Amino acid sequence: MSGTHHHDGSIAQQVRELEAALEERGVVSSSAIEAILDALRTPADGARVVAHAWAAPGFRERLLADGTTAVEELGYTMTGGVRPQVLVVVENTEAVHNVIVCTLCSCYPIALLGPSPPWYKSEAYRSRVVRDPRSVLREFGLVLAPTVQVRVWDASAETRYLVLPRRPHGTDGMSEAELAALVTRNGMIGTAAV
Amino acid sequence: MPDRFATGDRVIVSQADPPGHRRAPRYVRGQVGTITAMHGRHTLPDDVVARVAVPRVEPVYAVAFPAHTLWGSGDHTVTVNLWETYLDRAVDGV
Repeated sequence: MSGTHHHDGSIAQQVRELEAALEERGVVSSSAIEAILDALRTPADGARVVAHAWAAPGFRERLLADGTTAVEELGYTMTGGVRPQVLVVVENTEAVHNVIVCTLCSCYPIALLGPSPPWYKSEAYRSRVVRDPRSVLREFGLVLAPTVQVRVWDASAETRYLVLPRRPHGTDGMSEAELAALVTRNGMIGTAAV
Repeated sequence: MPDRFATGDRVIVSQADPPGHRRAPRYVRGQVGTITAMHGRHTLPDDVVARVAVPRVEPVYAVAFPAHTLWGSGDHTVTVNLWETYLDRAVDGV
């Protein structure tokens, strides 16, 4: 090893050094890494799915019945990872609010939302949202009426959950692109309303 | 092999704690829940982690637990995905 090898740098610095070392040895190329980063999904992809479900009732029905197959209509796949995943879309209504978590690690619908936010992986969120979701949601600024039933979905296997938020009032004339712009990442996790 | 359970069945999560990996969150072990959906057949991670040559492939179920039975309070439900190996049929009155 070269004299530059050390462990006292920041994580970002260590990653850069590791990347440089792997490139130097021909294990990876920077263009291959860039291609992977370019292919990563972002919450805008999930928002496109939600907006289409709001605009097209037939798609909404198919999405709720079999999310895995329905998202393929929009060019997304749940089979891009190590193991094929099942997508289950859970719909918020006037009476029901859904929120997703992975208590064992950090399972997340990466295929539709991209990498998860840091708080989603925190022990505080993972341990508290299954126990007292109303308090956790209140800390996110979402106060639910006591009559609203809360359903927590713990992604402990190959299933990934996505929350279909309620369509906001006053959006009747909007295009799908305009609707998608209203949809937030937290809205699709269930820690916010849209 | 046919699935052991169907939607609506009441099941109890095994409390077994073998060495190695077991993909059943501890907070539901020993708890009774209701199967709400079937989520396909998937390779058992316990066998994958143990490097079993031919890992078992089993049905995975969505099992809903009322918060008050898990925590003694709360009016929400928590749904967990569990491989068939982790489940037994709940006896009435449990």
